[in-house]
Amino acid sequence: MTAKQTRGESVIYDVIVVGGGPAGLFSAAAARGAGAERVLVLERDKVTGGILNQCIHSGFGLHMFKEELTGPEYAERSLEMLTNTGIEIKTSTMVLSITADKTVTAINPADGYMELKANAIVLCMGCRERTAGAIGLAGDRPAGVFTAGAAQRLINVDGYMVGRKVCILGSGDIGLIMARRIALEGGTVPAVFELMPYSGGLKRNIAQCLDDYGIPLYLSHTVTAVQGRDRVEGIWVSQVGPDLKPIPGTEKLWECDTLLLSVGLIPENELSRDANIEIDPRTGGPVVFENRETGIPGIFAAGNVVHVHDLVDFASAEALIAGRAAALVKNGTQAKAVAVIAGDGVSYTVPQKIRPSNIEGAIKIDGIDKKCDIFFRIRSRYDNAVIEISGGGKTIELPRGHMTPGEMERVSVSQKFLENCDSITIRVVEECENSPANFCTNCVVSPTKEA
Amino acid sequence: MSDADLNEFTCVVCPWGCLLKTQGDKISGYSCTRGLKYAQKEQTDPRRSISGSVRIVGAVNNALPVKTSAPLPKDKLLEAARLLYTVTVRPPIKTGDVIIPNILGTGIDFVASLSMEKQ
Repeated sequence: MTAKQTRGESVIYDVIVVGGGPAGLFSAAAARGAGAERVLVLERDKVTGGILNQCIHSGFGLHMFKEELTGPEYAERSLEMLTNTGIEIKTSTMVLSITADKTVTAINPADGYMELKANAIVLCMGCRERTAGAIGLAGDRPAGVFTAGAAQRLINVDGYMVGRKVCILGSGDIGLIMARRIALEGGTVPAVFELMPYSGGLKRNIAQCLDDYGIPLYLSHTVTAVQGRDRVEGIWVSQVGPDLKPIPGTEKLWECDTLLLSVGLIPENELSRDANIEIDPRTGGPVVFENRETGIPGIFAAGNVVHVHDLVDFASAEALIAGRAAALVKNGTQAKAVAVIAGDGVSYTVPQKIRPSNIEGAIKIDGIDKKCDIFFRIRSRYDNAVIEISGGGKTIELPRGHMTPGEMERVSVSQKFLENCDSITIRVVEECENSPANFCTNCVVSPTKEA
Repeated sequence: MSDADLNEFTCVVCPWGCLLKTQGDKISGYSCTRGLKYAQKEQTDPRRSISGSVRIVGAVNNALPVKTSAPLPKDKLLEAARLLYTVTVRPPIKTGDVIIPNILGTGIDFVASLSMEKQ
């Protein structure tokens, strides 16, 4: 233990960032940029970059770096952003706890046990995958069942192939990208199965990861059991009805030696829970204000730990908001807060609360604006959707056309609008051509186009 | 022109994923110039960028990520990926270093997409 780290002589950091993925690195950069002098990033892996290190495909960074990068390139650029900034980074460092008085305890091979003090903390722990247990996968328990992300790391970082004939359950982006990856690595992918009647992934990934390689996608299908003694020998797949339950008589055995599960991501919030930070059961992440401050003043959160983002650039953009706010530690908690309510058709919103007087610092991807961006997801698909934002007796209607739960939505609400509200409600309705006399079932409210 | 000439496909140049439609020379559905270019190219010479990894010895990881320096003809993707199975490299490697030059005579290279130091 070096003298610097002995107890009683601990340094007080302006900002400690927990997690060195894209959100962590961007939070640190933003905090430093906004004037924080002592900024520390704690990362449990051997290198920074988080999940980007294993996402070797291209398609990242169009907003942030104005070019299309692979995951590792994005990670490298993000780290380069911090060179000569004086930001301290500790890798191979596991954070054990954080507390409301902004003490962080952590451990690593070089420093041993550390108690670190900060004026502000930014939580950037990211998310993790749902597992076979989480979906109650039945049948045998042979080798050869992986989560898609674990398989991705094994192949792309550790250099091990996971199997030869690989079926995939779940058509989220990771599942789709792994289908292509298996095909390129010389394996075969008999099929990708999706429980829902639509894919959870980006349309372009269906095109370039499945269609390009002739891999079929079976919607409204699920794996009911795994078969195999030592190694997976096959999986039982059934069609599901509108209730998402298997339809008896539709079961079929698909021969394969490997099953990848791409069945959802969960924000990783053990540290947050232990610190008694309020968690939104809908997002699985902390309830946050407009500047990504959590329920505990001075503790912020950004990236997939708050809610699962589709694009790393959105996670990074959120980190710019949180990092900047952490540097300013402008505790706006006392200011009037407007609750953002997820109305009909909306499954969650981030932020969940907005303090209009505090919006000044909010940063949009394209620059500084006196508007607050609200991100949300919808519950089902719409062909001709209208987003309604109502509050303070006013309603804003935003025609949006096609919408799907797989893609995060964003609306900007002005400070002026918010100042006159106690709460605002965001809902999504299907635009209806019918006369007021016979609205379709989707018409939650009468169309107010004329009003 | 008959409906049989109508070709619908998803644009892959950005995460937005516009539904492109082509019918003879007529192209619609795109919402940016990159999308228009992609739609045109897809008719005559469809190409894709791919990523992969090669074995690396003596670095922090066992695999070094690589990518194509430019999009490859679509019908050469699997053959190109196969070239990666046989290659082993040693650090130090810098991002952009050519790992396999002139893939299948296309003039396109596999380049490293991550720097790796000796460990």
